[in-house]
Amino acid sequence: MLSYIVHRILIMVPTLIAISIVIFTIINLPPGNYFTTYIAELQGSGETADLAKIQFLEKEYGFDRPLWQQYLYWAGGLLHGDLGYSFAYDLPVDKVVGDRMLLTAVVSITTIIFTYLVAFPIGIYSATHQYSISDHLLTLLGFLGLATPSFLLALVLLYLANVYFGISIGGLMDPKYLDQPWSWPKVVSLMEHIWIPVIVIGSAGTAAMIRRLRANLLDELQKQYVVTARAKGLHPLKALFKYPLRMALNPFISDIGSLLPQVISGAAIVSVVMSLPTTGPMLLSALRSQDMYLAGSFLMFMASLTVIGVFVSDLALALLDPRIRLQAGRRQ
Amino acid sequence: MSDLTFVPGPPRDRAEDAAAPLPHFVSTAPYDPYAVERMTPAQERFYVASQWRMVWWKLRRHRVAVVAGAILLAMYVGITICEFLAPYGVDSRSTDFIYAPPQPVHIFYRGRLVAPYVLGFDYRLDMKRLERIYTPNPKKRQTIRFFCHGDRYEFWNLFPGNLHLACPAHGGQLFLLGTDRLGRDLMSRMIYGARVSLTVGLIGVAVSLTLGIAIGGIAGYYGGWTDILIQRAMEVIQSFPHLPLWMALSAILPVSWSPLLVYFGITLILGMIDWTHLARAVRSKLLALREEDFCTAAVLMGARPVRVIGRHLLPSFTSHLIASATLMIPGMILGETALSFLGLGVRPPMTSWGVLLSDAQNINVVALYPWLLAPVGTVILAVLAFNFFGDGLRDAADPYH
Repeated sequence: MLSYIVHRILIMVPTLIAISIVIFTIINLPPGNYFTTYIAELQGSGETADLAKIQFLEKEYGFDRPLWQQYLYWAGGLLHGDLGYSFAYDLPVDKVVGDRMLLTAVVSITTIIFTYLVAFPIGIYSATHQYSISDHLLTLLGFLGLATPSFLLALVLLYLANVYFGISIGGLMDPKYLDQPWSWPKVVSLMEHIWIPVIVIGSAGTAAMIRRLRANLLDELQKQYVVTARAKGLHPLKALFKYPLRMALNPFISDIGSLLPQVISGAAIVSVVMSLPTTGPMLLSALRSQDMYLAGSFLMFMASLTVIGVFVSDLALALLDPRIRLQAGRRQ
Repeated sequence: MSDLTFVPGPPRDRAEDAAAPLPHFVSTAPYDPYAVERMTPAQERFYVASQWRMVWWKLRRHRVAVVAGAILLAMYVGITICEFLAPYGVDSRSTDFIYAPPQPVHIFYRGRLVAPYVLGFDYRLDMKRLERIYTPNPKKRQTIRFFCHGDRYEFWNLFPGNLHLACPAHGGQLFLLGTDRLGRDLMSRMIYGARVSLTVGLIGVAVSLTLGIAIGGIAGYYGGWTDILIQRAMEVIQSFPHLPLWMALSAILPVSWSPLLVYFGITLILGMIDWTHLARAVRSKLLALREEDFCTAAVLMGARPVRVIGRHLLPSFTSHLIASATLMIPGMILGETALSFLGLGVRPPMTSWGVLLSDAQNINVVALYPWLLAPVGTVILAVLAFNFFGDGLRDAADPYH
């Protein structure tokens, strides 16, 4: 098991390096940089820019140096927690994004827990009651959940909540807590507000997971060992939970790898619609204004979250399924 | 084939056996050694059928998939003739009817069945709430004209024309789904928008299919270091959340590009990220298949890798590839909708369902002019249809099961 963990961590390092190179390339692809856009914008509105300050900043952040040096500077900074400087906010990036990254992580993880909590019982129910009316209804609901763009679900929920409950559900907490340090009431307020984005973001993933669990479990339930277990008089619940469910769970856990990017994607766009204080809206504006370090740090953060999520799911899978850890051990 | 049927003869008595010759019958008909293998015409049709024919038979039995396929077919035929289907031009504005609500079609007038008609609006500006108020006026009966001459258009930007499937009555209006903030007919714009929204998925999937087959093929066929490198690269791509990456990439597209170029840029971006799943499927299938005898035979006969992959290996799982490609299209349609909704996708004057929905970003708009959400309906319909059709195709893809 230990060798498996070490192996997985060793794989993660080159992956993260490659990701950082890709991200740096992407944020440097547009012609010009933040300052050229900025100066053009100022000139467009007839103002003059403080050229001396801009030149100082350009020099300070090495825009005159070759790209690979800029990359090393940025990646080196990332290693000891320096995310760079946001030009649009005139602040170091970690000052700008601190809370937002935390909230993104909170929303994403809550969404995944929600997905599991909902998909698990419904998937089992659907598989054991195949082709019943409720199964058909749940399948239909699942398909609708897959097909509805999440941002529109968000809009409609916002509207309905406004009309029928008369509450504003934008944001992740009561406005009065926005700039305050973390405290118990703030957490409570967060809990009160978080469920709507969680439902909205989680709907597509939940639907997909229900379908997959149902299909897997149905495959297992047809196998002969289940028939044997039933025939020898094992309690139906035990004949379901002890073996078939455990087998059907494998894809369930390895799904974190695909679920996490999906959740983060969903969160990015839903947060724009619902104006959540997470990474989405800020990433959008950073991309538009070429605030490269800010955009780069967001992308890096999201990708790392996924890589770590895949790592965790692989570990859980190895714990659950001895075949995987034995195979991995043999390969070395 | 090899089963020898035992035909019981007349009961024999051992004692008699030696004495009298057996009373037996000899057929004079010519001997046909294949009599056992002969099949009824129906059987023959089944056994001789090509793989694609069998896929088609199996798909036909999947009723939901057939319905979904019919809907998709109708949609795709529709986008080739949207100039004809749309009652108005894509940019025709009726400045007197800004944010007009949908006009329902009536077919009964005073209890009698009549030609379909809509009711004209009475317009009033509520100065207190600064709201445009449209009330349908039962006296203004406007019979819809069919196969009529209306707004001029250039069919496929090539041939001028003005024939429409339906037009408003002379001097009347036909806003079946209402109008937007510039007084443009939403339904016409949705029909035109389908052109972009539906083709984005097709072209995007074509891009990722090409990439997936090429890259997955190389990885699976050569194995070894190439395989490891490609797999790592795919892992890197997969660990990006799609939407933020799409956002970053489409933010790169220069502002100076024409809408058409931007459209192709967006499809390319959508296709470039999604190929990894296909490449994985191709790779794992190839890894299994290249050990088969027919593949070795081809290699021994001197076929080059491209031929071995393209001629011998790929056809073994083309149907699976097509099924999984079909299931990828909805993701791309949703992706384009999301990008355009955020203003990073297709740019006006080009229209897509996402561009139309970006008018409904604001909750006030949703509350006041809910009909602007109508494009969601077509998005959901298209995505559902692709999902059901792809599911049916996947089940049918392996007809030998």
